[in-house]
Amino acid sequence: MAQSEVTAQHAIAHHPALAHHFENMEQQREASTLGMWVFLITEIMFFGGLFLAYSIYRSWYPQVFAEASHHLDILLGGINTVVLITSSLTMALAVYHSQVGNRGKLVLFLILTMLLGLTFLGIKVIEYSHKFHDGLIPGIHFHYEGPHPQQAQIFFWLYFAMTGLHALHMIIGVSILAFLIYFAWRGRYSPEYHSPVEISGLYWHFVDIVWIFLFPLLYLVGFHVKG
Amino acid sequence: MSEHIVPKKTYYAVFGALMALTAITVFVARFDLPWILNIVVALTIAVTKATLVVLYFMHVRYSSRLTQVVVVAGIFWLVIMLVLTASDYVTRGLLAPVVSISAQ
Repeated sequence: MAQSEVTAQHAIAHHPALAHHFENMEQQREASTLGMWVFLITEIMFFGGLFLAYSIYRSWYPQVFAEASHHLDILLGGINTVVLITSSLTMALAVYHSQVGNRGKLVLFLILTMLLGLTFLGIKVIEYSHKFHDGLIPGIHFHYEGPHPQQAQIFFWLYFAMTGLHALHMIIGVSILAFLIYFAWRGRYSPEYHSPVEISGLYWHFVDIVWIFLFPLLYLVGFHVKG
Repeated sequence: MSEHIVPKKTYYAVFGALMALTAITVFVARFDLPWILNIVVALTIAVTKATLVVLYFMHVRYSSRLTQVVVVAGIFWLVIMLVLTASDYVTRGLLAPVVSISAQ
């Protein structure tokens, strides 16, 4: 009899979103955040490998890297930096409104974040098509007017590998946002349960941080050298 | 321990700082600074921006000690990878070449 009473109490106190292997919502939320951070560290490490490759080749061919970076559009890269930082603000505000339980504003800020993410990708498409027309895609059709085209090709290889992987992360982020918007609109998230919004926010901000490093290293590296 | 809700004001302030630092990094990049100061300034600004994002947008300043330790450990491992590899590439050629016996 005592056993059934406990079970009954458990059923009443149990938040529907609480997975059975967690003691309470607090522990579940803490575990989600920690798990996401462990995943983000694997991301830091593999992006780190590319930044390391960039550092070594740049230390070998500083002039060629500066010269090759003149082929990147600082205005478009700068606009994208502003777009991405703004999207981080709207994402942070989305998390805020999920914490205080304002469903309308949560949906609004998630949509704004998604639109900014799509804007970033649209500008990236314009940039990539310019590079394609200029023959700056590494490979057999690579065409470069300046001195040391082979070393410049390494710069463009790194440019496409790093911004391409970053863009892939943006595409994944926008897809995650689509799911979040749907479930937020359906009213799944509340001040007690909004871990999906919180950890998707962590992912979005991480992708923003990668760009914070990519912009100065790829676009601004040769700005001070006359082209 | 309940969840810490960061006030909106803080988010706006961090956003303003990130925008200002972006403008500064573009402005400074135009000048030809001596030595390797161009890259030092660019990376200092980028690290400052990243730190602001991690502490405030990603809530690490208000997270549990366990999360904070994991974040710091991750960055520490990244630094190991970068510094140890750079210590090889940067110091190559610093020593006089070893003259082999057969060449004498």
